Amino acid sequence: MAMEVDLLYLFIVSVCAFFAILVTALVVFFTIKYRRRNPDDVGADIHGSLILELTWTFIPFVLAMAMFAWGADVFFRLARPPADAMEIYVVGKQWMWKVQHPAGVKEINELHVPVGRDVRIHLGSEDVIHDFSIPAFRVKMDAVPGKITTLWFRATKPGTYHLLCLEYCGTKHSGMIGQVIAMEPQDYEAWLAGGRSTGTAVENGERLFTSFQCITCHKDDSTGRGPSLLGVYGSTVELTSGGTVIADDNYLRESIMNSQAKVVKGYQGIMPAFQGQISEENLMQLIAYIKTLKPAAPAGGSDSPAGGGGQ
Amino acid sequence: MTAPAGRHSYLDEPHGVAAWLLTRDHKRIAMLYLISITVFFALGGFFATLVRLELLTPQGDLLTPDLYNKAFTLHGIIMIFFFLVPAVPATLGNFFIPIMCGTKDLAFPRINLLSWYLYIIGGLMALAVVAMGGVDTGWTFYTPYSTHASATMVTLAAMAAFVAGFSSILTGFNFIVTVHRMRAPGLTWFRLPLFVWAHYATSLVMILGTPVVAITLVLVAAERTLGLGIFDPKLGGDPVLFQHLFWFYSHPAVYIMILPGMGVISEMVAAMSRKQVFGYSFVAFSSLAIAILGFLVWGHHLFMSSQSIYAGLVFSIITMLVAVPSAVKTFNWTATMYKGSISWESPTYWIIGFMGLFLIGGLTGLFLATMGLDVHLTDTYFVVAHFHYIMVGGNVMAFLGGLHFYWPKMTGRKYPETLGKVSAVLVFVGFNLTFFPQFVLGYMGMPRRYHAYPAEWQVLNVLSTGGAGILGIGYTLLFGYFVWSLFKGEVAERNPWGATGLEWQIPSPPPTFNFEQDPVVTEPAYNYKPRREVTVG
Repeated sequence: MAMEVDLLYLFIVSVCAFFAILVTALVVFFTIKYRRRNPDDVGADIHGSLILELTWTFIPFVLAMAMFAWGADVFFRLARPPADAMEIYVVGKQWMWKVQHPAGVKEINELHVPVGRDVRIHLGSEDVIHDFSIPAFRVKMDAVPGKITTLWFRATKPGTYHLLCLEYCGTKHSGMIGQVIAMEPQDYEAWLAGGRSTGTAVENGERLFTSFQCITCHKDDSTGRGPSLLGVYGSTVELTSGGTVIADDNYLRESIMNSQAKVVKGYQGIMPAFQGQISEENLMQLIAYIKTLKPAAPAGGSDSPAGGGGQ
Repeated sequence: MTAPAGRHSYLDEPHGVAAWLLTRDHKRIAMLYLISITVFFALGGFFATLVRLELLTPQGDLLTPDLYNKAFTLHGIIMIFFFLVPAVPATLGNFFIPIMCGTKDLAFPRINLLSWYLYIIGGLMALAVVAMGGVDTGWTFYTPYSTHASATMVTLAAMAAFVAGFSSILTGFNFIVTVHRMRAPGLTWFRLPLFVWAHYATSLVMILGTPVVAITLVLVAAERTLGLGIFDPKLGGDPVLFQHLFWFYSHPAVYIMILPGMGVISEMVAAMSRKQVFGYSFVAFSSLAIAILGFLVWGHHLFMSSQSIYAGLVFSIITMLVAVPSAVKTFNWTATMYKGSISWESPTYWIIGFMGLFLIGGLTGLFLATMGLDVHLTDTYFVVAHFHYIMVGGNVMAFLGGLHFYWPKMTGRKYPETLGKVSAVLVFVGFNLTFFPQFVLGYMGMPRRYHAYPAEWQVLNVLSTGGAGILGIGYTLLFGYFVWSLFKGEVAERNPWGATGLEWQIPSPPPTFNFEQDPVVTEPAYNYKPRREVTVG
């Protein structure tokens, strides 16, 4: 995507340079050619021209719309991660980036990624707004407390790149920097193997699901005091308040942290709010686990449940 | 009529400090504003100097991180709320709108004085913030940093901006009523100078936008002091809501800062070319179009804030539309010069400087409105460079150009003509050297508000700091000769530029009630006619 962003940049640079040079040249040329030769001279009696006005309204309009359309196309592709991207969890806090790989390896202010593979970052914040930015890949996204945001990229060349916080976050904002280390896939695997894993995100999420006692109410067979979570991710949920919501990352997050906000139809709002009880990292692990909960027997099920299937 | 310049002018009578501090004369209030904003400009410039000196070296070695953060925050708050917003409207606007409308004063002279006092109270609060340790949120006051994390004088700083905001609401209100109700006989809307049109559009933004930021800042103070959960997610609030409310004012505020400057430039281009402004009605309506569209684009500051990508789409396309009236103005100014009789006196230098810088500022806005590019560019030095080109390159160049143009009228004195050109060149060169490298830094990814930065970006930062030095010399020089001219400057005649317009038909400096006889307007603005038998065209 970096190439495409640069191409768009060059297009706009060319258009803008053309107009900047055109207008500057005209202004300088007129200033010289029509300089006042006699103190009493006045300019020609010209008031305007409708054709010229329409021309220089229309041409900038068309060019601006072209920039808009091209820019929107690039933006939408940047905003929508490919479905099969590798998922990495990142939490910003004053003043560090905490990274957790799918295999469970954690690191701080460093992000190792394999080249040639789409990487999707799930982004959260423990405190204030931060912004996760890798200028070399032309991507960034705000890490907003109370939300999970996302970005994706694909590193193409092994190397070390800046990882910067781009949203002002206090005293050591400029110290909230690190490195993205893009590696050949086999090197990445070797690096992962050498890292200290504390369990995968899904495994940790499953453990939390028990230790926070989610499991006592959210039973698989819908007999619990809370709704079954099998297949909930991505589904459309009916609410007691009427209306529906799609159960995405942010809905799950809100339902855990502030459980009374959107209660599922047919259930009472008796779940405690976990705001302040649970860290952003743990929350992401829980969500990673909930995503793996699939209905038990969807006629064979070709995709094997990744984390034990919730049984 | 026969009195020598300087006699019976608004400057001389009545005498005394109290007569100035309790004046209801729009011209005196304009001068009070001019002095006050100059003080704040110097203070804001001092903090900018600290920032630029710190950035000479990649490691943060001059200031502590906290001091650096306070320096850029105070630079922003002071420059925006206490210099850029009032710069043109409260000084040149205050001075010339009644005169251009052919009337004795603004509609509400006491409210005009009240607006200056509110500005001063807000300004003193801002000085108190500086004295009591400063504030470190950035001028944008983003939550939840401002409401929960920052341990600095956030509430007082927000209240300072809140109070100053009311001064601009009152100014805008006064202008609107004056333009509607007090125009001289024969002065129809389409005979008004474009300066008045631009200020009218600005006033609409001031009265419609400023209350929103005032409320928003009160909410920040309330969340900070009372713990109300408005923006804090832990209390059920939404931090991005703050950004929507803040930019609902603060984006239109950019047009508060640039539209009056555009009005000044329209006057100057016409007078220095001695020619009717090309496409008068297009220039007039483009001001209104910018003011109206300006209210619908705030979300372009939020493309990466987790705002809906579809909302982003709408904000991007409307932002692109703002480019059209801006382009229309630029082309019309250029066309005005075609077959003009262009003076090579110093105001022309400032016009050309404005055109060059505003062009770059406006065009680089297109990069940021383009969503796919904004992902990479937002919150980098590209944005810093862009908005300085608009607000300093555009607005300050127009303000200073306007001062050179109107100085003889306002003070009855002339500044040294050669130095007027020298300072225009110094400011233009210094400005470009300061801010052009920042576009490059931004595309390389250098974040704004960084106290220390990776070493590979040092060369461009050194260039930028060097340019700021030249810029500082330019500003100091012009301050020096303006003050000098008050005492030693050559006495100015009524109409030094040979311009049309009511303001050039009255003495320099004007008498207290502007006109000896109530004027009647019989012709359109900028009606340049050959004074001798000269065949034109």
